[in-house]
Amino acid sequence: MTAIQLTDVRKSFGRTEIIRGVNLTIPKGQRHAIIGPNGAGKTTLFNLISGRFPITSGRIEVNGNDTAGLAPQQINHLGLSRSFQITSIFPRMTVFENIRCGLLWSRGHRYSFWSLLGSQKALTEEAEQLLERLNLSSRRNVYAGLLSYAEQRSLEIGITIAGGADVILLDEPTAGMSHSETDYVQHLIRTISEGKTLVMVEHDMGVVFGLADIITVLVYGEVIASDTPANIRGNRAVQQAYLGEEAA
Amino acid sequence: MSTQTSSAAAMSAPSFLRRHGLWFFMLALMLVLPWVFYDHEKGRHSGFAITLLSEMALMSIFALSYNMLMGQAGLLSFGHAVLFGVGAYFVAHTLNFIRASGLPIPVELMPLVGGIGGLVCGVLTGYVATKQRATAFAMITMGIGELLTAAALMFMTFFGGEGGITTDRVVDTSIFGIPYTRPIQVYYLIVAWAMIAALLMFLQTQTPLGRMANASRDNYERTQFVGYDPKVIRYWQFILAGFFAGIAGGMYCLVYEIVTFDTLAAVKSANALLATYIGGAVGFFGPIMGAVLVVGMQSGVSLHTSAWLLYLGVVFIAMVIYAPGGLLGLFANHIPIARMGRLGELVVPYARILVPGLMMTLGFVLFVELTTHQTINAAQGKKFSLLGFAPDPGGTMVWLSAIVAMIGGALWVRHEGRFFMAKWNALIEDAKARGIVA
Repeated sequence: MTAIQLTDVRKSFGRTEIIRGVNLTIPKGQRHAIIGPNGAGKTTLFNLISGRFPITSGRIEVNGNDTAGLAPQQINHLGLSRSFQITSIFPRMTVFENIRCGLLWSRGHRYSFWSLLGSQKALTEEAEQLLERLNLSSRRNVYAGLLSYAEQRSLEIGITIAGGADVILLDEPTAGMSHSETDYVQHLIRTISEGKTLVMVEHDMGVVFGLADIITVLVYGEVIASDTPANIRGNRAVQQAYLGEEAA
Repeated sequence: MSTQTSSAAAMSAPSFLRRHGLWFFMLALMLVLPWVFYDHEKGRHSGFAITLLSEMALMSIFALSYNMLMGQAGLLSFGHAVLFGVGAYFVAHTLNFIRASGLPIPVELMPLVGGIGGLVCGVLTGYVATKQRATAFAMITMGIGELLTAAALMFMTFFGGEGGITTDRVVDTSIFGIPYTRPIQVYYLIVAWAMIAALLMFLQTQTPLGRMANASRDNYERTQFVGYDPKVIRYWQFILAGFFAGIAGGMYCLVYEIVTFDTLAAVKSANALLATYIGGAVGFFGPIMGAVLVVGMQSGVSLHTSAWLLYLGVVFIAMVIYAPGGLLGLFANHIPIARMGRLGELVVPYARILVPGLMMTLGFVLFVELTTHQTINAAQGKKFSLLGFAPDPGGTMVWLSAIVAMIGGALWVRHEGRFFMAKWNALIEDAKARGIVA
């Protein structure tokens, strides 16, 4: 079964074509990294898959469903969840409430205005367990906007996985982090993506080669290679286009 | 932390009282206040006080319903009075219908009828307004407000034109056998409904919809990616806000027995905004404080001066600049310092700022009152007086002292303000160091 299937996906902003006919198949359970130089269209590709922008032409399937014309929340209901390159959390709510908001829909709460959340013991417990896994239990009642940058990134990963989506898109999860923070987040991603499909855009090659089963290289809106880390490392075209000395 | 207390302890009576003490305090206050103003010589209630208290209660509900949009969902509405006014018209027509048809619909249910009116209006206008958020939402609500105000003057049968719809609450359908001939009887009915409405709005903040309204306020895009449609959240929140605004409108109709187009006009909407902002949109109880203050100024200060609206404007601007969290925010800012037990250290800085502050305020008030006297009141042959003093409003000395007090006070306040802020910042830094504030 495939989690994500892209068929000749194109996206133009005005006259500029940013994504120029991408074909990509990501099977279920794979950890997949998308790399490429700045401006290659990695984040745009994420925005197309998650429904933030509509595609210009082509076809995107998530868990076997065509996503054409679907709003982000509808694509979320197909089992896909994402994080953002620029941290996207609920800053004026507590850490606990952030996580609980991530849980609500998938636990069937919808738009209810008659059930009190305080009496939902199971929901509270679940949110607290997730906080434990994220190492954020001690920050439970702090406004999310007051957390440190690294804590906010962890929290966003928490919100992303809380709903139990089986396809997870992470956009530069370790950007701007110190070495120790990066190590911690890499470990966190490994555990939370257990048994799920993970797609991530990442610049830290240590994280990419440490986590990914398959690496796709995107240059100027086109896929120039999609292969195992070992083969990508040896791929001359990739070396020329992107990796340069970093991988050498 | 207090949240770690076991559920058994939380159920015990003293802690229940402590946790919900504010509610009991508000109820007790509302029940007792009419008797504070009781006229023992004449043996009756003060009509002015009862009307004032009724207005405060119903405006509190109106402001709380406004805050369901502003504070909770981050939606700035300029047309909230539409929901209030339609609720009020619904009740006026219902009362007239009861009188004409003899149908035994209890008077006690009239606020609920108003709520249904507001809800219907919310379903219709919210459908258009909540498609958008931010500035577009604000513009649409403003447009709807103007549209309905214009319609109110055109469609006579429902809105009654400029004269409005008059009604009579004494229809003899009370389930408790209360005639509602006296304002105090209506007041207690309003207290009951205000408590119910406030409690329901409070509980609503703790439901999935209430929390997701916060979420969509903070970050509508993230809201989508956790599976919610922000438009649907906004629409439901708007409809519910309409319901509670309608309840307030229903109370209004019971108190005044006349509903005119200005119940749904822009000034009424602005009042909700002012009350919510001055009280503080960040916490649940803020709008109540704001409503009490705004109504107090409207009814109390307006008795003494025709410039009351100017004073309200100055208070509003000062709050926006110096206390964006409103009155509630001002109180909340002191909590960490109180927790350290060092509130006493602020007494001197406060006193030092209070003296020049008072001087500046008095100077300003004197200046404004002299101006309004010379431009308006003098022509009406009124005598000038302020706080019991009656200086000659044409004299140079009185004008000069007003200006000196105003400008001198302002400069002095600025000077003392620096001293105050230094002390304040030191205390907050200390609180941070001790981990009391994040």
